[in-house]
Amino acid sequence: MSILSLQNVVKNYHNHTAVDNVSFDVPKGSIFGLLGPNGAGKTSLIRIITTITMADSGKVLLDGKVINFNSPSQIGYMPEERGLYKKMKVGEQLLYLAQLKGMPNKEAKKKLHAWMDKFEILSWWDKKVEELSKGMQQKIQFIATVVHDPKLLILDEPFSGLDPINSNLIKDEIDQLNKNGTSIIFSTHRMEQVEEICENIILINNGKKVLEGNVSQIKINHKENLFHVAFDNSQLRVDSLAGFTILDSASDGLTVKLDHGMTSNHLLGSLIGKGAEIKSFNEILPSINDIFIKRVGKSEE
Amino acid sequence: MNKLWLIIKREYLTRVRKKSFILATLLTPLGFGLIMFVSGYLASNSMTTQKRIAVVDQSGILDEADLSNKQFDFDISSLPLDQIDTAYSRLGYDLLLEVPPISDLSTTSHKVNFYSKEKLSLVALEQIERKMSNALKTYKISKSDINQETLDQLEMSVTLDNAVKSDKDGDKSNKISIGVASALSYLMGFLMYMVIFIYGSMVMRSVMEEKINRIVEVMISSVRPFQLMLGKVMGVGFVAITQLFIWIILLFGIMMIFGATMSPDPAMGAGIGDAGELISEMGSQSDIKDILAGIKSLNWLLILPSFVVFFFGGYFIYSSLFAAVGSAMGDDIGEGQQLMMPIFIPVIIAISLVLPVLNNPNGPLAVFGSMFPLFSPILMPARLPFDPPVWQVLLSIVILIASVIFMTWMAGRIYRVGILMYGKKVTFKEIGRWLFVKN
Repeated sequence: MSILSLQNVVKNYHNHTAVDNVSFDVPKGSIFGLLGPNGAGKTSLIRIITTITMADSGKVLLDGKVINFNSPSQIGYMPEERGLYKKMKVGEQLLYLAQLKGMPNKEAKKKLHAWMDKFEILSWWDKKVEELSKGMQQKIQFIATVVHDPKLLILDEPFSGLDPINSNLIKDEIDQLNKNGTSIIFSTHRMEQVEEICENIILINNGKKVLEGNVSQIKINHKENLFHVAFDNSQLRVDSLAGFTILDSASDGLTVKLDHGMTSNHLLGSLIGKGAEIKSFNEILPSINDIFIKRVGKSEE
Repeated sequence: MNKLWLIIKREYLTRVRKKSFILATLLTPLGFGLIMFVSGYLASNSMTTQKRIAVVDQSGILDEADLSNKQFDFDISSLPLDQIDTAYSRLGYDLLLEVPPISDLSTTSHKVNFYSKEKLSLVALEQIERKMSNALKTYKISKSDINQETLDQLEMSVTLDNAVKSDKDGDKSNKISIGVASALSYLMGFLMYMVIFIYGSMVMRSVMEEKINRIVEVMISSVRPFQLMLGKVMGVGFVAITQLFIWIILLFGIMMIFGATMSPDPAMGAGIGDAGELISEMGSQSDIKDILAGIKSLNWLLILPSFVVFFFGGYFIYSSLFAAVGSAMGDDIGEGQQLMMPIFIPVIIAISLVLPVLNNPNGPLAVFGSMFPLFSPILMPARLPFDPPVWQVLLSIVILIASVIFMTWMAGRIYRVGILMYGKKVTFKEIGRWLFVKN
């Protein structure tokens, strides 16, 4: 069952196509990465999901139902470009935003108190937003995004502008929310975060879907049969090996690409035949970043 | 609906609770009262201090003339002109008049010279001229065979009085009630003008602030852009009502205190412009009772409800336009100045048409001007005290309401695109395209 399902979504703007026939599914309870370079169409997609704009054609289902103007109360969205009313007090502002999501006043107050207590910022309730640092404002922003217990959380570059400590704090909260059943879409162009956090990803470029799937599966699909072998005999030097391409040779190990038709067993066999004492052996999988650059670079050719 | 209410509440409360709002609301009428008090005081003071005028009378006709005056103390000097022309101020005079001899009694004009270090006001000059011509006229009469009595009997004064019997007290269109009506027209027209600019630009600034602050995307992921815009316009509208209401009460209170401490003085109204002149003229011709009767004779049953409709209609049309312009602007107000021109121009045209409309309140200009929805919020209230045909008022209201709906819809379409548009210099062509962009 998917919490969100996009089917052939198209969005045209004046002189370009922002979203070009994109379909994907976000499994319920997963953390989903929406990847793409700047200007790829991530924000356009998110705006369609959050009902800020409407798709020209195609279907968007939230929890099995076509999205409508009541859907936003089930979605928590933290835009990349985010702000708060500078002159408003923290508590008032959070209460306002929570009520706009449809929460009754009392319940909102209780929930907000709990969240602020958790972040140890309850004392800011009566402070004006402009008195707070950028990092502090991000925390307020995060609370505003999650206070109404959304089924689906959409975070657009959530860690931009956060220091490592706050970054970790938010990351932990995201994990916690996910464990409690919240599905999360995580939009970013920073690939290293994706590997850490997401189970599934979609990669879009120029409004088109380039790649979709499970992160580890994608890595396996994009493997280039690279292996690293470390051995103990330091005097052994292998400069060439029939059937393999040696990419890097050091006194204590090798980085090898298998030629066509060869397997890792062949590699081990021929190394042992050379008298190598194998200490470790592992496959080198490409990082999402490498795949990203490869795929995006390719599609731009 | 509930969300709209939340937005209205926030827009209203955050403004009304601001220190600057409270100060402006309380201090503006006080400042206004203070200005009125000071100018009234100064005016009445300048009335009581007489200017001393030395007169060098070479014609020899002024000796018998009655020159007594509240403002001026004429003093026939015994010194010849060449002795006094440099010395008059040392002798304690403010002004020196030289009346040349009259050679020909049949002349109908005569030149009198004055010497003064300070610039004289037009009013003072006219008063002296009148005094002099009266004196010369009296002299000419005494030299002729006409006696003063016959001449006085030739005076004829006509008062135009409307004899149409009305069911209300007082006359429908005597001079005073027209004066009262004109004053009311100005007041309502000016009030609209003020409201459009003060609160309309308040809406605009607020839209810009949300856009620049980048809170707008957070907001419209919870509410429709149109709800946000409408909530803002309505919230600021309530702010306007609150502020105007307090202003009117305070001004009324100040007037009462003011009226109790100072006797009504025709000079008080001078300098407030045409309406002031009318009032002062009225004050000199009649007493408060007539003015009250004039106020009473107005068709308040038509004026008040219609004004309320035009007030809100005008506010809605212009503030939603301001909201649309605000959404199209970047952080640079200077760059957006040209975007505001389409708002400024109709308001300024409308306010400059008030006077021509008043001159002929049921003429073609007035009728057409008060139908055009961008002008009607200013021009129709200006016509209201002059008993325009009811069908015209109703037609104008219908057009206005239709335009309010159309303009708000149009502004909403511009707004929803504009608030998400960053870093682009926006042209009118671009805005026009936004109208037809799909959601």
